Amino acid sequence: MYEFKMPSLGAEMESGKLLEWRVKPGDTVKKGDILALVETTKSNIEVETWQSGVIEKILLEPSDKEIPVGTVLALIRTEGKTEEKEVKKEVKKEDHLSDKYLPMRQAIAAAMERSNREIPHYYLETMIPMKRTINWLSQENQNLPPASRLLPVVCLIKAVSLAAKKFPEFNGFYLEDKFQPSPKVHVGIVVSLREGGLMVPCIHDTADKKIHQLANETYDLIQRTRQGTLRASEITDATISLTSLGDEGVEKVFGLIYPPQVAILGFGKIYQAMIVEKETFRPEPVITATLSADHRVSDGRRGALFLNAIRALLQEPEKL
Amino acid sequence: MTQKFTAEQIRQAVLKFISDIAPEVNLKEIVPGKLLRDQIDLDSIDFLRLLTMIHEVLGVNIPESDYAKLVSLEDIIAYLEAKTTSPTPRAIKIG
Repeated sequence: MYEFKMPSLGAEMESGKLLEWRVKPGDTVKKGDILALVETTKSNIEVETWQSGVIEKILLEPSDKEIPVGTVLALIRTEGKTEEKEVKKEVKKEDHLSDKYLPMRQAIAAAMERSNREIPHYYLETMIPMKRTINWLSQENQNLPPASRLLPVVCLIKAVSLAAKKFPEFNGFYLEDKFQPSPKVHVGIVVSLREGGLMVPCIHDTADKKIHQLANETYDLIQRTRQGTLRASEITDATISLTSLGDEGVEKVFGLIYPPQVAILGFGKIYQAMIVEKETFRPEPVITATLSADHRVSDGRRGALFLNAIRALLQEPEKL
Repeated sequence: MTQKFTAEQIRQAVLKFISDIAPEVNLKEIVPGKLLRDQIDLDSIDFLRLLTMIHEVLGVNIPESDYAKLVSLEDIIAYLEAKTTSPTPRAIKIG
C-alpha cells in the first residue's frame, strides 16, 4: 500500500490546504496523474502521484484546515513492491537532504511523464555564433576575482529572458485549457543534484536584472539547490525553463517542458565549427540552441523567430 | 605579501575544498596525476567555487588564461606552490 502524503513544495512549506480531490476510491491512477489540488501560501498546486495503482481509501476530505506536510491523505493499492522503498535504499550520506527533496523529485519525475503524455511538443534547433560573447566574457573576467566571474550560462539566461519578453507565447502557464502569459520572466534552471535527480528552481525577474547580479544569484541558487535550502517561490514560479548540458560535453539537448510552462530552451557545449562567410570559412566557437515548445500555444514560425531573437542578443553581449 | 604554504598544506587545503563542493567523493580514491574532472563530478560552477575558495584561503587569484594548466590534482598543487612566494622579512622593531 502506498501512502499519498501532503507533499513539501518548498523548503519553507510546513503545511498546505487540501482544496479538492481529483480522484475517488476505485479509480486507477498512473504515475503522473493529478490526485489533488493543494493550496500553499504562494499558489494552488496540482499534486501528482508518483506511484501507479488503485485508490484504496481517501483519508481526509477537503477543508479550510492547514494540513502538515507528511500527513497521509490517501492510500493507493499497488502491485508488488513500491518503488519508493527502492529509492530510499539508494540514499547514502546526505539522508536529511535526500528525504527533504524526495517528494519534490518524485513530483518532478511524475510531471515529466505527464508532460510527455499531455503536451504536444514541437522541436527546433539552431546554431548560434558565440565568438562575440566569449571574447566579451574574457575581457570582463580578466579583471575580476573568481567569485565575480561570469560564466557563459549567465549570458544564455539573460538572452533567453530578454527574448521571452518579446515572445510572450513562450513565457507563462497553460492551465485549465488556456494559456496565461506572464508579465514577468522567471527563468527556471534545470539543476542536477549531486546524489541524482533534477530540480528546476527559478530566478525571479531575470529580464530586469543586471548581468553581474544575475550571475551571483545563479551561482547562489545552484548552491542552495544542492544544499536543500530553496524557497517555496523558487520552486513554483518559473515561467520558462532552460537546460544546459555544456559541461557534460554534448552538442545539444532537447528538454521536456515542465508543466504548466509552455517552453524550454536547451543548450549544449560551446564548440568550434566552420563558419562560412561569402567564399571563405574559418573556425569559430558556436553553441547549439534548441527550443521545445507547446504546440497548443505557439507554432514553428514563432519558435524560429524566438530563437533568432536569442541569437541576435548573443551577438551583442555587452548589451545583455 | 603572499603567505608561504608547503606542498602538503596546499594539498590538504585543496582536498578540503573539493570535499566541501563534492561531499560524495572519497578523497583517498583521487588519482593525483589524472584528469580531475574525469574523476570528480565538477561542473563549471563547481570549478568557479573551487577557484573562489583557493583565492579566499590561499590568496591566489587564478586568471582564466591559466585554467588549462589545472588538469590534475598534481597540476593544481604545483601551480599553487609556484604562485605562493616566500614571506618578506619582518620589520624590525626599533626602540
